[in-house]
Amino acid sequence: MLFTDIVFYVLSAILLFSGIRVITTRNPVHAALFLVLAFFTAAGIWLLLEAEFLAIALILVYVGAVMVLFLFVVMMLDINLDKLREGFWEYLPMAGLIGVLMVVEMTMVLAEKNLHPSEAVELPANYSNTAALGKVLYTDYLLPFELAAVVLLVAMIAAIVLTLRERKDNKSMNPADQVKVKRSDRIRIVSMPAEVEEAPAVAAEEKK
Amino acid sequence: MQFFAELFGSYWADVQLVVWTLIKIVAIVLPLMIGVAYLTLAERKVIGYMQVRIGPNRVGYWGLLQPLADGLKLLFKEIILPTASNKALFFIGPVLAIAPAFAAWAVIPFDATLVLANVDAGLLYILAMTSVAVYGVIIAGWASNSKYAFLGALRSAAQIVSYEIAMGFTLVGVLMCANSLNLGNIVMGQEGGFWHWYFLPLFPLFVVYFISAVAETNRAPFDVAEGESEIVAGFHVEYSGMAFAVFFLAEYANMMLVSMLAALMFLGGWLSPVPFLPDSILWLLAKVAFLLFLFLWFRATFPRYRYDQIMRLGWKVFIPITLVWIVVVGAMMQTQWAYLFH
Repeated sequence: MLFTDIVFYVLSAILLFSGIRVITTRNPVHAALFLVLAFFTAAGIWLLLEAEFLAIALILVYVGAVMVLFLFVVMMLDINLDKLREGFWEYLPMAGLIGVLMVVEMTMVLAEKNLHPSEAVELPANYSNTAALGKVLYTDYLLPFELAAVVLLVAMIAAIVLTLRERKDNKSMNPADQVKVKRSDRIRIVSMPAEVEEAPAVAAEEKK
Repeated sequence: MQFFAELFGSYWADVQLVVWTLIKIVAIVLPLMIGVAYLTLAERKVIGYMQVRIGPNRVGYWGLLQPLADGLKLLFKEIILPTASNKALFFIGPVLAIAPAFAAWAVIPFDATLVLANVDAGLLYILAMTSVAVYGVIIAGWASNSKYAFLGALRSAAQIVSYEIAMGFTLVGVLMCANSLNLGNIVMGQEGGFWHWYFLPLFPLFVVYFISAVAETNRAPFDVAEGESEIVAGFHVEYSGMAFAVFFLAEYANMMLVSMLAALMFLGGWLSPVPFLPDSILWLLAKVAFLLFLFLWFRATFPRYRYDQIMRLGWKVFIPITLVWIVVVGAMMQTQWAYLFH
């Protein structure tokens, strides 16, 4: 057994364990954190396959951005475990059916005839996975790539527009206006004649 | 040696590799920890002199043993576990804060040959590691089960996610100039005197990177995550003793990391500013020290930003600046002035 084999089995064991814990743990925050662990170990397995760009992109995008926002939301929920489990048995047949369907689909996709592990080529250590991916993405697959980007942009703008509700009674500040404020907007210097004190002699005495 | 070689049999080569790598890791982490300890002293001294005080001067000459005294004090303090906290996550929080801060140093080149892991996608790896650092803060804030800690965690999470985008775009500019994701190659691309360093053609990106780095490390004037006047101490309000010290260490290690990155990507790393002086790791350390001094200078100078102003700066100012400058760099590279950007 090679050293990399040992690493692979350890990572796989952690991946399976965390994957199962995502759906069995009762606390949603724990479930989200187990999902983070699952992403991490999956990235580790991809690194073993020398797909370093995909591995780092998985951590950067899913762990670094998506799951942070996910945790953000989950943490603010008022967790009522009894309410979460309500209707569990009611939904079980439907969920089971979908689960079985997914298992069947996965086995069909992962069938022997679709996998050709022997075709993998041993590449030199200085081969840049990232550069190769970039070249393919911006030449052969330019159109699908740009299309995917546009679809994501539309979804992003739609999400922002859906949540953008201006309330009339909202007394919010406008930082852009605040930054633009000049001194002359806030203070006015008035020139006026100096006032002469009525009884300077008394004041001088008091000071002493 | 012979005994161990027989003991491990065919695994001996792998075992040797692991042990040798571990020794290299210690050789990086140990100076880093000492650097962090003395950065805290330097911070107190520098801010002290800026405020016309002397700063710590009782333990050792010029207070040089102050970090040791502080470390010992924190070691012997009790770690208090809040009753209503989430016990496991409460202790995982500091670990997740410090682990990425150290892990990112694996790909940092200190010299043309002095690097632990000379990986091809080094810059991406560092970006991934710094984006993971936010988990320590979020988990600590949530597991403490305290409203101040939670508010601090939410502020910090939103701030780090926002500034990471601007930071990522500045790195895009650097790798357009260097044509590489490898940090060693990025430094070698700036060879030939300070007028070849990337901070000149990428000046707007350099400024955005450094300010985003200050925001990313939750340092003043962007330290709303701990904002002691509003939310006591933010995410680490419930931590004491060594658990608190670990957050402290992570913050300073991150400061050194982003300064190191700025020195490597924009200021020519270990390359000397003028061709007649030799390249040396001392140049790199001097550049990092200068950038760290800027961190301390900022803290002594600027009042804390308001939260909505931080968000405005990140989203409405920095991201447009970086996007525009990337387009400028890309367009200029197609003209006869392309040599200016390489």
